[in-house]
Parts: sequence; structure tokens; C-alpha cells
Amino acid sequence: MHKKTLREHHQSLKAKDYSSVELTTYFLDRIKNSEDLNAFITVTEDRALMQADQADRTIGSGKMDLLTGIPLAHKDLFCTKDVLTTCGSRILDNFISPYDATAVNKLDAKGMVTLGKTNMDEFAMGSSNETSHFGIVRNPWDKGRVPGGSSGGSAAAVAARLAPVASATDTGGSIRQPAAFCGLTGIKPSYGRVSRYGMIAFASSLDQGGVLGTTAEDCALVLEAMTGFDENDSTSLNLEVPDYGASLRKPLTGRKIGLPKEFFGEGIDGDISASIEEAIRVYERLGATTVEVDLPNSEVGIPCYYVLAPAEASSNLSRFDGVRYGHRAALYEDLNDMYETSRAEGFGAEVKRRIMIGAYVLSSGYYDAYYIKAQKLRRMISNDFSAAFEKCDFILGPTTPATAFGIGEKDDDPVSMYLNDIFTNSANLAGLPAMSLPSGFDSNGLPVGLHLIGKYLDESTILNAAHLYQQQTDWHQRIPGGYE
Amino acid sequence: MSLTPQEITHIARLARLKTNPEEAESYATQLSRIMDLIDQLNSIDTENIEPMSHPQDAALRLRDDEVTKLNLREEFQAIAPECENGLYLVPKVID
Repeated sequence: MHKKTLREHHQSLKAKDYSSVELTTYFLDRIKNSEDLNAFITVTEDRALMQADQADRTIGSGKMDLLTGIPLAHKDLFCTKDVLTTCGSRILDNFISPYDATAVNKLDAKGMVTLGKTNMDEFAMGSSNETSHFGIVRNPWDKGRVPGGSSGGSAAAVAARLAPVASATDTGGSIRQPAAFCGLTGIKPSYGRVSRYGMIAFASSLDQGGVLGTTAEDCALVLEAMTGFDENDSTSLNLEVPDYGASLRKPLTGRKIGLPKEFFGEGIDGDISASIEEAIRVYERLGATTVEVDLPNSEVGIPCYYVLAPAEASSNLSRFDGVRYGHRAALYEDLNDMYETSRAEGFGAEVKRRIMIGAYVLSSGYYDAYYIKAQKLRRMISNDFSAAFEKCDFILGPTTPATAFGIGEKDDDPVSMYLNDIFTNSANLAGLPAMSLPSGFDSNGLPVGLHLIGKYLDESTILNAAHLYQQQTDWHQRIPGGYE
Repeated sequence: MSLTPQEITHIARLARLKTNPEEAESYATQLSRIMDLIDQLNSIDTENIEPMSHPQDAALRLRDDEVTKLNLREEFQAIAPECENGLYLVPKVID
């Protein structure tokens, strides 16, 4: 059952080959048998079985939707009513959300079943899932390695087939880098497509919800269900929801793929380069042509991001003050000491580093030199993409310069951890849709990710390109040893 | 760009994060390395470029100033560390 796509589950549920309760129980058992991965912070077994039972009644009444009765996992950054929602942090280790995120609501409304809440880097700040207060997550392909981050729990859960699909979020690469490290397909849509209401904020001008799954089609179906205007999010786009599923099979004949020379330079692992070159040949066989494009300012994407994201984070995370919700220190002298002690106890080291960097670049005397400077670079990076898209329909490159690294390998070096985002964060700076899909393995048997970046609002083209690639290759069907 | 432990103590205070001298020392080293990375920004000339605060330059949508939300005080206060008579309790600020 764990090898089926969402459409196949739909057919089986519709034909009553199995019920949603049976399917849900099957995945709950797989979760129980894989606790060593630490992919989940909370398993919502009772709630899942109730939702599955409800779904079975909907199916019985003949009113089912394509996604009705299919289980999924939510990243623990999405608020889920009456369920613990931690964002991977001690400061929220007692936070039972009083409301649902809009994205969760929309998937509930389709009749999807929530298996639980997945582990993640604390406040989505990390590329390895090692900053979680709830412990590291192991990569199912090699348990000595990280699954990537920040959506590491969602990625490990789907890679080990503990859930058919999972929600995730991406501020600088947090869907795409774990997708690459775990051999999955993941999409971050254009900024504004998925409501951020009930998504615990990290960097509000960059954060975007999306999906981690095994196929482009699964991602398309769930993304479509999550997308749509929400008046509770002031940056939500008031646009019709595209029919992502309908455009998957369009031929690629005549499409132009942009290859930024900056994405094919030095510092990329040889096995990854070879895999991406092979993927380009697959696309040429599908009728697409390639063209070299320039993203001349991409080298400052990382410093630009590491000013803007911490600046927004330092402001967003000021809400955690020990007054209204979350952790409050047991001992303090006065109000200020209560704030300072609660926050010092509640946040981990990486979150504190980013809050302090953010406070510094926003502080008097440094605001123009850092924050405004980075915003100007953001525009230059965005303009580079606009110029590149004059010449091509989508951009292709590797998702990461290297495959999954060892647990603990980058512990003492935040800067080397930050370089994981080198190819991914410019799409967030420009608000563009982007995805990662599996394109092979390196010599250690670790998955390689192929990165596609689309024009603003054009998720359809990259989903289409990913789907057609997956009709020619079977990398996305490979399952890590022990989980077949 | 090198940050001193004294500067860290100042920044931590602005960010309401309690730190002791040993932590300030270690954060000074780590944050200086991060600032070195950030300083690469200065390699690019940004003369006459408008800052960009939203990925597509969209303005925030405004709504009419009408009450639309339900009063969820009970639900929200049920998860607060300390409440009394509908009020959030904090340490005494004024004598």
C-alpha cells in the first residue's frame, strides 16, 4: 500500500479495495515501526482514525473528492487546533493551538487524514534538522546522515513511506533541500499562493507553504488543494486556483530551459554534475532546448538572505515573551528578566544567533548598511530572474552542491551550514515557484536533487516538466533499503 | 566585521535574550563569522537601486475597519502561563 500514488489510493478507496481506516492504520503501524527516524514530534492516532472513519462515510455516500481518505503528515509549523504545535522549539513545547492553519483547514475539508506533526529545525532555521528541540531526524537512506532541513521530519517520513505525502514550508530551501537529500519531489509555490495564516512565522516576506511527496503529480494534487485566497493573510493572492493536475501531460516540445552558468560552476560534487547533465539529455529527448542564462548576482544571494531572513525573524520571534502562550521561566526577578530568561531558556543556539544577527542589522547605525543594502540586492537578484525568463520557460540546475552530509558534521560551523541554500534561496528572494525532484544517486547511494525554478505564478510549467521527466525515469520510485 | 563580547551583550539585551559572559564570548566568535559572510554584500554596487521589501512589490491589502472575528478570549487565555479575571498576569511593573 505504501508504494501507491495518491491517484492509485483514490482508485482503491473508491473501489473499496480498502477503507480509509485500513489505510490510515497501515501508515500508523509503519510510523510505530520506524520511531528510530524521529520523523514525528506528535502522532495523532485517535484523531487520524476519527478523520478516516468520517472519510469512509463520505466515500460510502458517493461524495468523495480525489484526496478524501488519504493520510498525510503536517510539518509541526502548521497550527492544528487542539493538537500540540511546537515549531521544533522548547518555547512552544506546551502550545496546544487554539486554531487551524488555513492550509490544514483546506486539506481537512478535502477529507484528508492527519497522521501527525513532523519534526523540523527549530522555527525552520536550519538545513539538517539538527536544531530541533525534539532531537535529530535520521535520513532513511543512511541513518548516519541528516535528512536536510528545515522540513527534515516531513522528508524522512515520506522517504520511508510513513506517509504518502506531507506538508512542508520553504523560506530559503526548506522543502527543496530535504527533498534532494531524501530522494523526494517537493514544491514551493510562488509567494502568496498558499496562505501563511497559522503557519508560525520565520521570515514573512520569504515563507511559503508547499508539499513533499514522491511524485510531481502527487505534489500537484495536494498543492492545488492547499492553494487559494485567504483574507486572513494580507499577502495572500486573490487569484483563481490553477488546475495543476490538468497541465501535467503537456508536451515539452519547443520549451526553452535556462541553464544559469552560475549553477554549474566549481564546488559542485562530480556525481551531482553528471546526474544533472543526464537530466538535461532527458529533457532534450522530450523536445526541449537549452539556453545559457545569467544570474550575475546569485553569489550574493546567501549574504542577502542571511540579512533579510534574520531581520524578519528577530521581529517575528519577539512575540514569544512568556506572557500569552508558550514557555515562561520558573524563576525571574522582574518583567524584563522574565522576558529575557523565558526566551533564553526557550530558544536554541541557532535561533538565538539569528535573532541577534537580525537585531544587529536592524539596529540604529547599521540599518542602512545591512538591511536596506540587502533589500537593494534582493531587487537586483529578482531583476536577474526577470531578464533570464525573457530567454527561457524555466530554469534548471542542481538543488544542492552536495548530497546528504553526516549527522554532526557541520555542528560548529553555522556558515558552512548556510551554504546549503546556495542554489535555493534566490527563488525565495524573488518569490518564484521552484521544486526539487530526484535525478539519480551519488557513488555512496545517496539521492541527488534536480532543481527547477519557474516564472512567477507559473507552477504549472515546472510541475509539467517534473511529471514528464518522471515518465522517463524511475528515480522517484526508489525506496530506501529497509522500507521497501 | 568583528563583534566584541560587549557588543553581543548589547545586542542580546535589545533582543531580550539573557546571556552570561561565557556565552557572549562564544556568540562573539560565531556571529563575527556570520557577519564576515554578510559583508560580501559590499562587493556589489547598489547605487540607484530601490530597496525591495516584498517579493513582487505588492502592497498589503487593507480591509474595512469592521469587527469580523469572534471573541476567543477563553480559548486564547486557556493556554497562557498565568491569567486572572480575563487578564494576563505579569510581574509587577509599577509600585
